Amino acid sequence: MARELAKRTAEPVRERAIRPDVDIIETDTEYHLYADLPGVSEDNLDVTLEKEVLTIKGKAEEEIPAGYNQRWAEYVTGWYERRLRITEEVDREGIKATLKNGVLKVVLPKAEAAKAKKIQIAHE
Amino acid sequence: MLLRDIERVFDPWREFERIERELRRMEKEMDRLLAEVGFGVREEYPPVNLWTNEEGAIVTVELPGVEPEDVDITVVGRRLTLKGTRKPLASDGVRFHLRERWDGDFTRSIELPFRVEPAKVEAKYRNGILYITLPRAEEEKPKKITVQTS
Repeated sequence: MARELAKRTAEPVRERAIRPDVDIIETDTEYHLYADLPGVSEDNLDVTLEKEVLTIKGKAEEEIPAGYNQRWAEYVTGWYERRLRITEEVDREGIKATLKNGVLKVVLPKAEAAKAKKIQIAHE
Repeated sequence: MLLRDIERVFDPWREFERIERELRRMEKEMDRLLAEVGFGVREEYPPVNLWTNEEGAIVTVELPGVEPEDVDITVVGRRLTLKGTRKPLASDGVRFHLRERWDGDFTRSIELPFRVEPAKVEAKYRNGILYITLPRAEEEKPKKITVQTS
């Protein structure tokens, strides 16, 4: 038991992930998701869609030269993580993600079946 | 709703963070309302970190999605002021499912621990973080006093 406990506490404590702020908008043909990920570069970002769960994971880095001491902190840089469930039909092959100025944008095209269709009214 | 959170498993830390965030959001909303009726804006966005050494300071600012040219940086004495705008998403003909990201005008002012050389202040913007390097004013740098032996 004691050994078990020691083994467990020796494992590195997993860093608590930061939950990024997210906006989601819907247009006629697409859904756009925006996530604020300041400090995250493309190399440190993973966006995955597994079944109906979209997962965003990113590691933020700050480039502070050696020899500086932190005097004041209002935010922390670390891991970002957010998982969102997609409950509507989207065109999975058409999903595109871009990262610019620390903001991730994911475009999810609506599946044909989910697009609103204008019904023609036939003249009699 | 199309996309919704699935972190339903109760995690007290996450829950705490969520409440904290919610409080900040409400505070922000309150500030916005107060600003509208002329009570001024509380200065809390964007968040900043401060780093120092003997030569000067580095201030880092979380500004995701802000064009660097939309930020004004001024230094007067020890006071560093940032002013700018984060443009909102175009909302014509779209429907919001989730809206958590902040937008609009911001003003942030912080007191540095020493005076700096305004002419030598440099700023760069990378991955949504603004880095401002502020060299310490020459006359305020710590001086090493040589002890003379007689």
